[in-house]
Amino acid sequence: MKFLCVFKKELRLYFGSFIAYSLATAFLLLTGYFFYTDMIFYDLFGDFQDITASLWVYYFQDVRFVTMLILPLLTMRLFAEEKKLGTIELLWTYPLKDPHIILGKFFACLLVYVLMVLCTFAYPSLLASVHTFSWGPPLAGYLGVILLGATFIACGTFISSLTENQVVSAMSTYGVLVFFWFLNWNEEAVGPQFVGTVIRFSLFDRFEDFSKGVINVADVTFFVLATLFFLCLTLQSLESRKWRGT
Amino acid sequence: MSMIEVENVTKRFGHILAVDRISFYIAKGEVIGFLGPNGAGKTTAMRILACFFPPTSGRASVGGHDVVTHALQVKQLVGYFPERVSVYPDLPVRSFLDFVAEAKDVPRAERKREIGRVIESCGLEAVSDRIIGHLSKGYRQRVGIAQALINRPQVLILDEPTIGLDPEQVVEIRKLIRDLGAERTVILSTHILSEVSSVCDRVIIINQGRILASESLAELRAQLHRTRVVRVEVEGPEPQVRGVLERLPGVETVRRPELRVRKPEDNGAVALVVEYTGDDIRKQVSRTVLEHGWGLLEVRSLEPTLEDMYLQLIRDEEQAPRIESLRD
Repeated sequence: MKFLCVFKKELRLYFGSFIAYSLATAFLLLTGYFFYTDMIFYDLFGDFQDITASLWVYYFQDVRFVTMLILPLLTMRLFAEEKKLGTIELLWTYPLKDPHIILGKFFACLLVYVLMVLCTFAYPSLLASVHTFSWGPPLAGYLGVILLGATFIACGTFISSLTENQVVSAMSTYGVLVFFWFLNWNEEAVGPQFVGTVIRFSLFDRFEDFSKGVINVADVTFFVLATLFFLCLTLQSLESRKWRGT
Repeated sequence: MSMIEVENVTKRFGHILAVDRISFYIAKGEVIGFLGPNGAGKTTAMRILACFFPPTSGRASVGGHDVVTHALQVKQLVGYFPERVSVYPDLPVRSFLDFVAEAKDVPRAERKREIGRVIESCGLEAVSDRIIGHLSKGYRQRVGIAQALINRPQVLILDEPTIGLDPEQVVEIRKLIRDLGAERTVILSTHILSEVSSVCDRVIIINQGRILASESLAELRAQLHRTRVVRVEVEGPEPQVRGVLERLPGVETVRRPELRVRKPEDNGAVALVVEYTGDDIRKQVSRTVLEHGWGLLEVRSLEPTLEDMYLQLIRDEEQAPRIESLRD
Protein backbone atom coordinates (compact mmCIF):
# COMPACT_ATOMS: atom_id res chain seq x y z
CA MET A 1 0.00 0.00 0.00
CA LYS A 2 3.07 2.18 -0.37
CA PHE A 3 1.48 4.01 -3.32
CA LEU A 4 -1.05 5.63 -0.96
CA CYS A 5 1.30 8.46 0.05
CA VAL A 6 1.78 9.49 -3.58
CA PHE A 7 -1.97 9.04 -4.13
CA LYS A 8 -2.84 11.38 -1.24
CA LYS A 9 -0.24 13.92 -2.30
CA GLU A 10 -1.63 14.00 -5.84
CA LEU A 11 -5.15 14.51 -4.55
CA ARG A 12 -3.96 17.38 -2.35
CA LEU A 13 -2.33 18.94 -5.40
CA TYR A 14 -5.43 18.46 -7.58
CA PHE A 15 -7.78 19.95 -5.04
CA GLY A 16 -5.32 22.48 -3.65
CA SER A 17 -4.65 24.20 -6.96
CA PHE A 18 -8.09 24.49 -8.58
CA ILE A 19 -7.15 22.20 -11.48
CA ALA A 20 -9.71 19.64 -10.38
CA TYR A 21 -12.40 22.25 -9.77
CA SER A 22 -12.00 24.09 -13.05
CA LEU A 23 -11.87 20.92 -15.11
CA ALA A 24 -14.84 19.44 -13.26
CA THR A 25 -16.79 22.62 -13.97
CA ALA A 26 -16.05 22.39 -17.68
CA PHE A 27 -16.84 18.68 -17.68
CA LEU A 28 -20.19 19.12 -15.95
CA LEU A 29 -21.22 22.12 -18.05
CA LEU A 30 -20.49 20.29 -21.29
CA THR A 31 -22.01 16.95 -20.29
CA GLY A 32 -25.01 18.77 -18.82
CA TYR A 33 -25.54 20.68 -22.03
CA PHE A 34 -25.27 17.51 -24.11
CA PHE A 35 -27.69 15.66 -21.87
CA TYR A 36 -30.15 18.51 -22.19
CA THR A 37 -29.95 18.61 -25.99
CA ASP A 38 -30.09 14.81 -26.25
CA MET A 39 -33.17 14.88 -24.04
CA ILE A 40 -34.85 17.41 -26.30
CA PHE A 41 -33.99 15.23 -29.26
CA TYR A 42 -35.41 12.18 -27.50
CA ASP A 43 -38.54 14.12 -26.63
CA LEU A 44 -39.11 15.45 -30.15
CA PHE A 45 -38.07 12.49 -32.28
CA GLY A 46 -37.75 9.48 -30.00
CA ASP A 47 -41.37 9.64 -29.06
CA PHE A 48 -40.43 8.25 -25.65
CA GLN A 49 -39.90 4.83 -27.25
CA ASP A 50 -36.70 2.77 -26.91
CA ILE A 51 -34.78 5.10 -24.63
CA THR A 52 -31.50 3.24 -25.19
CA ALA A 53 -31.43 3.75 -28.94
CA SER A 54 -32.71 7.32 -28.90
CA LEU A 55 -31.15 8.78 -25.74
CA TRP A 56 -28.37 6.79 -24.05
CA VAL A 57 -26.40 6.03 -27.20
CA TYR A 58 -26.22 9.73 -28.07
CA TYR A 59 -25.58 10.84 -24.54
CA PHE A 60 -22.68 8.45 -23.93
CA GLN A 61 -21.12 9.19 -27.31
CA ASP A 62 -21.16 12.85 -26.32
CA VAL A 63 -19.68 12.14 -22.88
CA ARG A 64 -16.92 10.26 -24.69
CA PHE A 65 -15.90 13.44 -26.55
CA VAL A 66 -15.98 15.54 -23.42
CA THR A 67 -13.79 12.94 -21.71
CA MET A 68 -11.32 13.13 -24.56
CA LEU A 69 -11.30 16.90 -24.24
CA ILE A 70 -10.86 17.07 -20.48
CA LEU A 71 -8.63 14.15 -19.51
CA PRO A 72 -5.40 15.24 -21.24
CA LEU A 73 -5.66 18.46 -19.23
CA LEU A 74 -5.99 16.42 -16.06
CA THR A 75 -3.07 14.09 -16.82
CA MET A 76 -0.67 16.58 -18.40
CA ARG A 77 0.87 17.61 -15.08
CA LEU A 78 1.35 14.15 -13.56
CA PHE A 79 5.03 13.71 -14.40
CA ALA A 80 5.79 16.79 -16.51
CA GLU A 81 5.24 19.10 -13.54
CA GLU A 82 7.44 17.01 -11.25
CA LYS A 83 10.18 17.06 -13.83
CA LYS A 84 9.92 20.81 -14.33
CA LEU A 85 9.95 21.51 -10.59
CA GLY A 86 12.69 18.96 -9.94
CA THR A 87 10.52 17.24 -7.35
CA ILE A 88 10.87 14.01 -9.30
CA GLU A 89 14.37 13.92 -7.83
CA LEU A 90 12.83 13.72 -4.37
CA LEU A 91 10.44 10.95 -5.33
CA TRP A 92 13.28 8.95 -6.80
CA THR A 93 15.45 9.28 -3.70
CA TYR A 94 12.69 8.45 -1.20
CA PRO A 95 12.22 4.79 -0.32
CA LEU A 96 9.55 4.40 -3.02
CA LYS A 97 9.59 2.12 -6.02
CA ASP A 98 8.64 3.34 -9.49
CA PRO A 99 5.39 1.30 -9.54
CA HIS A 100 4.33 3.01 -6.28
CA ILE A 101 4.80 6.40 -7.88
CA ILE A 102 2.96 5.44 -11.08
CA LEU A 103 0.03 3.75 -9.34
CA GLY A 104 -0.33 6.60 -6.82
CA LYS A 105 -0.58 9.10 -9.63
CA PHE A 106 -2.79 6.98 -11.85
CA PHE A 107 -5.34 6.22 -9.15
CA ALA A 108 -5.43 9.82 -7.88
CA CYS A 109 -6.23 11.02 -11.38
CA LEU A 110 -8.75 8.22 -11.89
CA LEU A 111 -10.48 9.14 -8.64
CA VAL A 112 -10.82 12.78 -9.69
CA TYR A 113 -12.30 11.59 -12.97
CA VAL A 114 -14.68 9.11 -11.32
CA LEU A 115 -15.90 11.87 -9.00
CA MET A 116 -16.64 14.05 -12.02
CA VAL A 117 -18.51 11.20 -13.68
CA LEU A 118 -20.47 10.48 -10.51
CA CYS A 119 -21.70 14.07 -10.50
CA THR A 120 -23.28 13.49 -13.91
CA PHE A 121 -25.52 10.87 -12.29
CA ALA A 122 -27.67 13.85 -11.44
CA TYR A 123 -28.95 13.98 -15.05
CA PRO A 124 -30.44 10.48 -15.36
CA SER A 125 -31.66 10.76 -11.76
CA LEU A 126 -33.58 13.90 -12.66
CA LEU A 127 -35.03 12.15 -15.67
CA ALA A 128 -35.99 9.17 -13.47
CA SER A 129 -38.07 11.47 -11.28
CA VAL A 130 -40.37 12.28 -14.21
CA HIS A 131 -40.03 9.24 -16.43
CA THR A 132 -39.51 5.57 -15.60
CA PHE A 133 -36.80 3.66 -17.42
CA SER A 134 -34.53 0.68 -16.83
CA TRP A 135 -31.22 1.59 -15.16
CA GLY A 136 -29.31 -1.27 -16.79
CA PRO A 137 -28.28 0.41 -20.06
CA PRO A 138 -27.13 3.73 -18.53
CA LEU A 139 -25.11 1.86 -15.88
CA ALA A 140 -23.40 -0.16 -18.61
CA GLY A 141 -22.71 3.14 -20.36
CA TYR A 142 -21.16 4.58 -17.23
CA LEU A 143 -18.96 1.51 -16.80
CA GLY A 144 -17.75 2.09 -20.35
CA VAL A 145 -17.11 5.77 -19.67
CA ILE A 146 -14.96 4.89 -16.67
CA LEU A 147 -13.03 2.14 -18.46
CA LEU A 148 -12.42 4.40 -21.44
CA GLY A 149 -11.33 7.18 -19.08
CA ALA A 150 -8.92 4.85 -17.27
CA THR A 151 -7.27 4.02 -20.59
CA PHE A 152 -7.06 7.72 -21.52
CA ILE A 153 -5.52 8.48 -18.11
CA ALA A 154 -2.93 5.72 -18.44
CA CYS A 155 -2.08 7.02 -21.90
CA GLY A 156 -1.80 10.59 -20.59
CA THR A 157 0.34 9.43 -17.66
CA PHE A 158 2.74 7.78 -20.05
CA ILE A 159 3.01 10.82 -22.31
CA SER A 160 3.46 13.10 -19.31
CA SER A 161 6.45 10.99 -18.25
CA LEU A 162 8.16 11.73 -21.56
CA THR A 163 8.38 15.50 -21.26
CA GLU A 164 8.76 18.24 -18.72
CA ASN A 165 6.51 20.61 -20.64
CA GLN A 166 2.86 20.33 -19.68
CA VAL A 167 1.59 21.86 -22.92
CA VAL A 168 3.58 19.35 -24.97
CA SER A 169 2.23 16.63 -22.70
CA ALA A 170 -1.41 17.64 -23.26
CA MET A 171 -1.04 18.22 -27.01
CA SER A 172 0.68 14.87 -27.56
CA THR A 173 -2.02 13.11 -25.57
CA TYR A 174 -4.65 14.75 -27.78
CA GLY A 175 -2.64 13.55 -30.76
CA VAL A 176 -2.61 9.94 -29.64
CA LEU A 177 -6.28 9.89 -28.60
CA VAL A 178 -7.45 11.51 -31.82
CA PHE A 179 -5.34 9.02 -33.76
CA PHE A 180 -7.13 6.13 -32.03
CA TRP A 181 -10.42 7.81 -32.80
CA PHE A 182 -9.65 8.28 -36.51
CA LEU A 183 -8.21 4.82 -36.82
CA ASN A 184 -11.47 3.47 -38.20
CA TRP A 185 -12.95 6.64 -39.61
CA ASN A 186 -12.15 6.01 -43.18
CA GLU A 187 -12.45 2.28 -43.57
CA GLU A 188 -12.07 2.37 -47.35
CA ALA A 189 -8.71 4.06 -47.08
CA VAL A 190 -7.39 1.40 -44.72
CA GLY A 191 -8.30 -1.40 -47.06
CA PRO A 192 -10.45 -4.42 -46.37
CA GLN A 193 -7.59 -6.65 -45.24
CA PHE A 194 -6.59 -4.34 -42.39
CA VAL A 195 -9.95 -3.02 -41.33
CA GLY A 196 -10.62 -5.92 -38.98
CA THR A 197 -7.32 -5.42 -37.18
CA VAL A 198 -7.62 -1.65 -37.03
CA ILE A 199 -11.10 -1.73 -35.57
CA ARG A 200 -9.89 -4.00 -32.81
CA PHE A 201 -7.50 -1.31 -31.63
CA SER A 202 -9.86 1.62 -31.95
CA LEU A 203 -10.64 2.80 -28.42
CA PHE A 204 -13.81 4.45 -29.64
CA ASP A 205 -15.20 1.44 -31.45
CA ARG A 206 -14.70 -0.60 -28.34
CA PHE A 207 -16.80 1.90 -26.46
CA GLU A 208 -19.76 1.63 -28.79
CA ASP A 209 -21.28 -1.48 -27.25
CA PHE A 210 -21.19 0.07 -23.79
CA SER A 211 -23.14 3.08 -25.04
CA LYS A 212 -25.81 0.70 -26.34
CA GLY A 213 -26.03 -0.85 -22.88
CA VAL A 214 -24.08 -3.99 -23.70
CA ILE A 215 -21.24 -5.13 -21.47
CA ASN A 216 -18.96 -7.28 -23.55
CA VAL A 217 -16.19 -9.22 -21.76
CA ALA A 218 -13.86 -8.75 -24.72
CA ASP A 219 -14.31 -4.96 -24.55
CA VAL A 220 -13.75 -4.83 -20.79
CA THR A 221 -10.61 -6.94 -21.19
CA PHE A 222 -9.41 -4.70 -23.99
CA PHE A 223 -9.68 -1.54 -21.89
CA VAL A 224 -8.03 -3.17 -18.86
CA LEU A 225 -5.17 -4.46 -21.01
CA ALA A 226 -4.77 -1.13 -22.80
CA THR A 227 -4.57 0.62 -19.42
CA LEU A 228 -1.94 -1.86 -18.17
CA PHE A 229 -0.04 -1.48 -21.43
CA PHE A 230 0.27 2.29 -21.02
CA LEU A 231 1.19 1.95 -17.33
CA CYS A 232 3.96 -0.49 -18.26
CA LEU A 233 5.22 1.95 -20.88
CA THR A 234 5.30 4.61 -18.14
CA LEU A 235 7.41 2.29 -16.00
CA GLN A 236 9.83 1.82 -18.88
CA SER A 237 9.98 5.55 -19.43
CA LEU A 238 10.85 6.19 -15.76
CA GLU A 239 13.47 3.44 -15.79
CA SER A 240 15.20 5.15 -18.67
CA ARG A 241 16.76 7.64 -16.24
CA LYS A 242 19.15 4.87 -15.28
CA TRP A 243 20.99 5.19 -18.54
CA ARG A 244 19.94 8.65 -19.71
CA GLY A 245 20.73 10.79 -16.69
CA THR A 246 17.58 12.72 -15.96
CA MET B 1 33.83 0.78 9.24
CA SER B 2 33.23 3.45 6.64
CA MET B 3 29.73 4.84 6.38
CA ILE B 4 30.15 5.51 2.68
CA GLU B 5 32.36 3.51 0.37
CA VAL B 6 32.87 4.40 -3.26
CA GLU B 7 35.14 2.16 -5.28
CA ASN B 8 36.13 2.82 -8.86
CA VAL B 9 32.79 4.37 -9.73
CA THR B 10 32.27 5.53 -13.30
CA LYS B 11 29.16 7.17 -14.73
CA ARG B 12 28.68 7.80 -18.41
CA PHE B 13 25.84 9.54 -20.19
CA GLY B 14 26.17 8.42 -23.78
CA HIS B 15 29.75 9.32 -24.56
CA ILE B 16 30.00 11.98 -21.88
CA LEU B 17 32.09 10.77 -18.98
CA ALA B 18 30.64 12.48 -15.93
CA VAL B 19 32.56 10.61 -13.25
CA ASP B 20 35.73 8.67 -13.99
CA ARG B 21 36.80 5.83 -11.67
CA ILE B 22 36.46 7.71 -8.41
CA SER B 23 37.06 6.08 -5.05
CA PHE B 24 36.64 7.53 -1.60
CA TYR B 25 35.62 6.49 1.88
CA ILE B 26 33.77 8.53 4.46
CA ALA B 27 33.75 7.54 8.10
CA LYS B 28 30.69 7.72 10.32
CA GLY B 29 30.18 11.23 11.69
CA GLU B 30 32.49 12.98 9.24
CA VAL B 31 31.49 16.23 7.53
CA ILE B 32 32.90 16.22 4.03
CA GLY B 33 33.14 19.13 1.64
CA PHE B 34 32.72 18.11 -1.95
CA LEU B 35 34.51 20.75 -3.98
CA GLY B 36 34.88 21.37 -7.64
CA PRO B 37 34.09 23.73 -10.47
CA ASN B 38 30.70 23.55 -12.17
CA GLY B 39 30.34 20.39 -14.20
CA ALA B 40 33.07 18.58 -12.31
CA GLY B 41 30.88 15.60 -11.46
CA LYS B 42 29.85 16.51 -7.92
CA THR B 43 26.12 16.23 -8.51
CA THR B 44 26.53 12.98 -10.44
CA ALA B 45 28.52 11.42 -7.59
CA MET B 46 25.95 12.57 -5.05
CA ARG B 47 23.03 11.32 -7.11
CA ILE B 48 24.65 7.90 -7.29
CA LEU B 49 24.91 7.83 -3.49
CA ALA B 50 21.29 8.95 -3.16
CA CYS B 51 20.21 6.11 -5.51
CA PHE B 52 18.90 8.53 -8.09
CA PHE B 53 20.62 6.48 -10.76
CA PRO B 54 23.09 3.60 -10.62
CA PRO B 55 26.76 3.93 -11.60
CA THR B 56 27.80 2.66 -15.03
CA SER B 57 30.51 0.61 -13.36
CA GLY B 58 32.13 0.31 -9.97
CA ARG B 59 30.60 -0.18 -6.55
CA ALA B 60 29.14 2.26 -4.05
CA SER B 61 27.61 1.52 -0.69
CA VAL B 62 26.06 3.47 2.17
CA GLY B 63 26.01 1.91 5.65
CA GLY B 64 27.09 -1.38 4.11
CA HIS B 65 24.17 -1.51 1.65
CA ASP B 66 24.92 -1.49 -2.05
CA VAL B 67 23.26 1.42 -3.88
CA VAL B 68 22.18 -0.80 -6.79
CA THR B 69 21.09 -4.06 -5.19
CA HIS B 70 19.79 -2.64 -1.89
CA ALA B 71 18.55 0.75 -3.01
CA LEU B 72 15.57 0.81 -0.65
CA GLN B 73 17.77 0.29 2.44
CA VAL B 74 20.16 3.01 1.25
CA LYS B 75 17.25 5.39 0.67
CA GLN B 76 16.14 4.79 4.25
CA LEU B 77 19.54 5.93 5.51
CA VAL B 78 20.05 8.95 3.29
CA GLY B 79 18.51 12.39 3.44
CA TYR B 80 19.06 14.15 0.14
CA PHE B 81 18.85 17.83 -0.71
CA PRO B 82 18.95 18.19 -4.49
CA GLU B 83 20.80 20.95 -6.27
CA ARG B 84 17.58 22.47 -7.56
CA VAL B 85 15.50 23.26 -4.50
CA SER B 86 12.60 20.98 -5.24
CA VAL B 87 9.40 21.49 -3.33
CA TYR B 88 5.75 21.49 -4.35
CA PRO B 89 4.80 25.15 -4.54
CA ASP B 90 1.08 24.41 -4.19
CA LEU B 91 1.28 22.53 -0.89
CA PRO B 92 1.43 24.03 2.59
CA VAL B 93 4.71 23.30 4.42
CA ARG B 94 3.12 20.90 6.86
CA SER B 95 1.27 18.77 4.34
CA PHE B 96 4.41 18.57 2.18
CA LEU B 97 6.36 17.27 5.18
CA ASP B 98 3.48 14.93 5.98
CA PHE B 99 3.84 13.41 2.52
CA VAL B 100 7.61 13.10 2.98
CA ALA B 101 7.19 11.41 6.37
CA GLU B 102 4.78 8.90 4.89
CA ALA B 103 7.02 8.25 1.90
CA LYS B 104 9.95 7.69 4.25
CA ASP B 105 8.00 5.17 6.33
CA VAL B 106 7.74 7.17 9.53
CA PRO B 107 5.12 5.25 11.57
CA ARG B 108 1.76 7.00 11.66
CA ALA B 109 1.83 7.51 15.43
CA GLU B 110 5.18 9.31 15.30
CA ARG B 111 4.58 11.35 12.19
CA LYS B 112 3.24 14.42 13.90
CA ARG B 113 6.08 14.55 16.41
CA GLU B 114 8.72 13.99 13.73
CA ILE B 115 7.32 16.79 11.57
CA GLY B 116 7.22 19.08 14.60
CA ARG B 117 10.84 18.28 15.40
CA VAL B 118 12.01 19.01 11.85
CA ILE B 119 9.98 22.22 11.63
CA GLU B 120 11.59 23.40 14.83
CA SER B 121 15.16 22.50 13.89
CA CYS B 122 14.84 24.29 10.55
CA GLY B 123 13.19 27.36 12.06
CA LEU B 124 9.96 26.94 10.10
CA GLU B 125 7.44 27.38 12.95
CA ALA B 126 6.26 30.76 11.71
CA VAL B 127 5.44 29.53 8.20
CA SER B 128 4.38 25.92 8.80
CA ASP B 129 0.83 26.47 7.55
CA ARG B 130 1.67 28.64 4.58
CA ILE B 131 1.77 27.55 0.96
CA ILE B 132 5.39 26.83 0.00
CA GLY B 133 5.13 28.83 -3.22
CA HIS B 134 4.39 31.98 -1.21
CA LEU B 135 7.55 31.71 0.90
CA SER B 136 10.83 33.55 0.39
CA LYS B 137 13.72 31.73 -1.21
CA GLY B 138 15.45 31.29 2.14
CA TYR B 139 12.44 29.63 3.67
CA ARG B 140 11.92 27.41 0.66
CA GLN B 141 15.55 26.33 0.99
CA ARG B 142 14.86 25.44 4.60
CA VAL B 143 11.81 23.45 3.61
CA GLY B 144 14.14 21.60 1.24
CA ILE B 145 16.52 20.85 4.10
CA ALA B 146 13.61 19.93 6.37
CA GLN B 147 12.43 17.22 3.95
CA ALA B 148 15.96 15.77 3.94
CA LEU B 149 15.95 15.61 7.75
CA ILE B 150 12.69 13.71 8.10
CA ASN B 151 13.13 10.27 9.66
CA ARG B 152 16.58 11.20 11.11
CA PRO B 153 18.76 9.98 8.25
CA GLN B 154 22.24 8.88 9.29
CA VAL B 155 23.70 10.34 6.14
CA LEU B 156 22.90 13.76 4.74
CA ILE B 157 23.77 14.61 1.17
CA LEU B 158 23.39 18.31 0.50
CA ASP B 159 23.96 19.57 -3.01
CA GLU B 160 24.83 23.28 -2.83
CA PRO B 161 22.52 24.11 0.06
CA THR B 162 23.43 27.77 0.34
CA ILE B 163 23.33 28.88 -3.27
CA GLY B 164 21.12 31.88 -3.98
CA LEU B 165 20.66 32.88 -0.36
CA ASP B 166 21.44 36.26 1.14
CA PRO B 167 24.51 36.43 3.42
CA GLU B 168 22.51 36.28 6.62
CA GLN B 169 20.62 33.20 5.49
CA VAL B 170 23.88 31.60 4.38
CA VAL B 171 25.26 31.98 7.88
CA GLU B 172 22.09 30.45 9.36
CA ILE B 173 22.08 27.47 7.02
CA ARG B 174 25.77 26.83 7.69
CA LYS B 175 25.13 26.88 11.40
CA LEU B 176 22.30 24.40 10.87
CA ILE B 177 24.61 22.13 8.87
CA ARG B 178 27.30 22.35 11.56
CA ASP B 179 24.76 21.36 14.21
CA LEU B 180 23.52 18.49 12.08
CA GLY B 181 27.07 17.33 11.44
CA ALA B 182 27.58 16.77 15.15
CA GLU B 183 25.62 13.53 15.00
CA ARG B 184 25.55 12.58 11.35
CA THR B 185 27.66 11.90 8.32
CA VAL B 186 27.30 14.86 5.99
CA ILE B 187 28.42 15.35 2.41
CA LEU B 188 28.16 18.94 1.34
CA SER B 189 28.86 19.99 -2.20
CA THR B 190 29.70 23.55 -2.94
CA HIS B 191 31.93 25.77 -4.95
CA ILE B 192 32.00 28.39 -2.23
CA LEU B 193 35.30 27.66 -0.57
CA SER B 194 34.79 29.58 2.66
CA GLU B 195 31.81 27.33 3.31
CA VAL B 196 34.09 24.33 3.38
CA SER B 197 36.60 25.97 5.72
CA SER B 198 33.83 26.89 8.12
CA VAL B 199 31.89 23.63 8.13
CA CYS B 200 33.88 20.62 6.99
CA ASP B 201 36.39 18.21 8.54
CA ARG B 202 37.75 17.04 5.23
CA VAL B 203 37.55 18.05 1.59
CA ILE B 204 37.27 15.98 -1.53
CA ILE B 205 38.26 18.01 -4.55
CA ILE B 206 36.90 16.80 -7.84
CA ASN B 207 37.55 18.12 -11.32
CA GLN B 208 36.58 16.73 -14.73
CA GLY B 209 35.13 13.64 -13.09
CA ARG B 210 38.23 12.73 -11.12
CA ILE B 211 39.29 13.18 -7.52
CA LEU B 212 42.27 15.47 -7.13
CA ALA B 213 42.58 15.43 -3.37
CA SER B 214 40.82 13.95 -0.40
CA GLU B 215 42.24 15.12 2.91
CA SER B 216 41.79 17.45 5.83
CA LEU B 217 42.36 21.16 5.27
CA ALA B 218 45.54 21.11 7.39
CA GLU B 219 46.98 18.21 5.41
CA LEU B 220 46.11 19.86 2.16
CA ARG B 221 47.80 23.03 3.26
CA ALA B 222 50.94 21.19 4.32
CA GLN B 223 51.10 19.19 1.13
CA LEU B 224 50.59 22.06 -1.25
CA HIS B 225 52.46 24.80 0.54
CA ARG B 226 55.82 23.63 1.72
CA THR B 227 56.91 27.25 1.98
CA ARG B 228 55.43 29.76 4.35
CA VAL B 229 54.74 33.37 3.53
CA VAL B 230 55.12 36.65 5.41
CA ARG B 231 54.00 40.03 4.22
CA VAL B 232 56.16 42.95 5.32
CA GLU B 233 55.66 46.69 4.95
CA VAL B 234 58.74 48.79 5.58
CA GLU B 235 59.50 52.49 5.33
CA GLY B 236 62.91 52.48 3.65
CA PRO B 237 64.74 52.21 0.31
CA GLU B 238 63.40 49.22 -1.55
CA PRO B 239 66.63 47.72 -3.01
CA GLN B 240 68.38 47.69 0.36
CA VAL B 241 65.35 46.34 2.22
CA ARG B 242 65.00 43.61 -0.33
CA GLY B 243 68.71 42.74 -0.14
CA VAL B 244 68.65 42.50 3.63
CA LEU B 245 65.57 40.32 3.74
CA GLU B 246 66.94 38.00 1.06
CA ARG B 247 70.01 37.31 3.20
CA LEU B 248 67.95 36.09 6.18
CA PRO B 249 68.30 32.32 6.81
CA GLY B 250 65.61 30.18 5.23
CA VAL B 251 64.31 32.86 2.85
CA GLU B 252 63.70 31.63 -0.67
CA THR B 253 62.26 34.62 -2.49
CA VAL B 254 61.34 38.19 -1.80
CA ARG B 255 58.84 39.75 -4.19
CA ARG B 256 56.29 42.47 -4.48
CA PRO B 257 52.73 41.46 -3.68
CA GLU B 258 50.58 40.73 -6.71
CA LEU B 259 47.85 43.09 -5.69
CA ARG B 260 48.30 46.21 -3.68
CA VAL B 261 46.14 49.23 -3.12
CA ARG B 262 48.23 52.42 -2.88
CA LYS B 263 47.20 54.64 -0.06
CA PRO B 264 48.31 58.31 0.34
CA GLU B 265 49.70 57.74 3.84
CA ASP B 266 52.22 55.12 2.80
CA ASN B 267 54.56 57.35 0.76
CA GLY B 268 57.96 55.76 0.74
CA ALA B 269 56.68 52.50 2.20
CA VAL B 270 57.63 49.25 0.50
CA ALA B 271 55.41 46.21 0.63
CA LEU B 272 57.14 42.88 0.12
CA VAL B 273 56.17 39.23 0.30
CA VAL B 274 58.79 36.91 1.79
CA GLU B 275 58.58 33.18 1.10
CA TYR B 276 60.64 30.99 3.41
CA THR B 277 60.96 27.54 4.90
CA GLY B 278 61.55 26.59 8.50
CA ASP B 279 60.41 28.24 11.73
CA ASP B 280 58.41 31.44 12.00
CA ILE B 281 60.58 34.23 10.60
CA ARG B 282 58.58 37.24 11.80
CA LYS B 283 60.78 37.97 14.83
CA GLN B 284 63.97 38.02 12.73
CA VAL B 285 62.38 40.19 10.08
CA SER B 286 61.26 42.83 12.53
CA ARG B 287 64.60 42.86 14.39
CA THR B 288 66.60 43.22 11.16
CA VAL B 289 64.40 46.02 9.85
CA LEU B 290 64.66 47.97 13.11
CA GLU B 291 68.45 47.44 13.30
CA HIS B 292 68.78 49.22 9.96
CA GLY B 293 66.79 52.15 11.28
CA TRP B 294 63.85 51.71 8.89
CA GLY B 295 60.24 52.06 9.97
CA LEU B 296 58.40 48.77 10.37
CA LEU B 297 54.74 49.22 9.43
CA GLU B 298 53.52 45.64 9.21
CA VAL B 299 54.64 42.03 9.52
CA ARG B 300 51.90 39.54 8.83
CA SER B 301 51.93 35.80 8.31
CA LEU B 302 49.86 34.76 5.28
CA GLU B 303 48.19 31.38 5.58
CA PRO B 304 47.36 29.95 2.18
CA THR B 305 43.62 30.14 1.76
CA LEU B 306 41.48 27.33 0.45
CA GLU B 307 41.09 29.40 -2.69
CA ASP B 308 44.86 29.28 -3.29
CA MET B 309 45.03 25.56 -2.72
CA TYR B 310 42.02 24.84 -4.85
CA LEU B 311 43.21 26.96 -7.75
CA GLN B 312 46.66 25.40 -7.55
CA LEU B 313 45.20 21.90 -7.68
CA ILE B 314 42.97 22.70 -10.61
CA ARG B 315 45.89 24.42 -12.38
CA ASP B 316 48.23 21.49 -11.79
CA GLU B 317 45.58 19.14 -13.11
CA GLU B 318 45.08 21.18 -16.24
CA GLN B 319 48.81 21.45 -16.89
CA ALA B 320 49.30 17.72 -16.57
CA PRO B 321 45.94 16.31 -17.53
CA ARG B 322 47.09 12.78 -18.24
CA ILE B 323 48.85 12.17 -14.93
CA GLU B 324 46.83 9.91 -12.63
CA SER B 325 45.06 11.78 -9.89
CA LEU B 326 46.76 12.18 -6.52
CA ARG B 327 44.74 9.51 -4.83
CA ASP B 328 43.48 6.66 -6.89
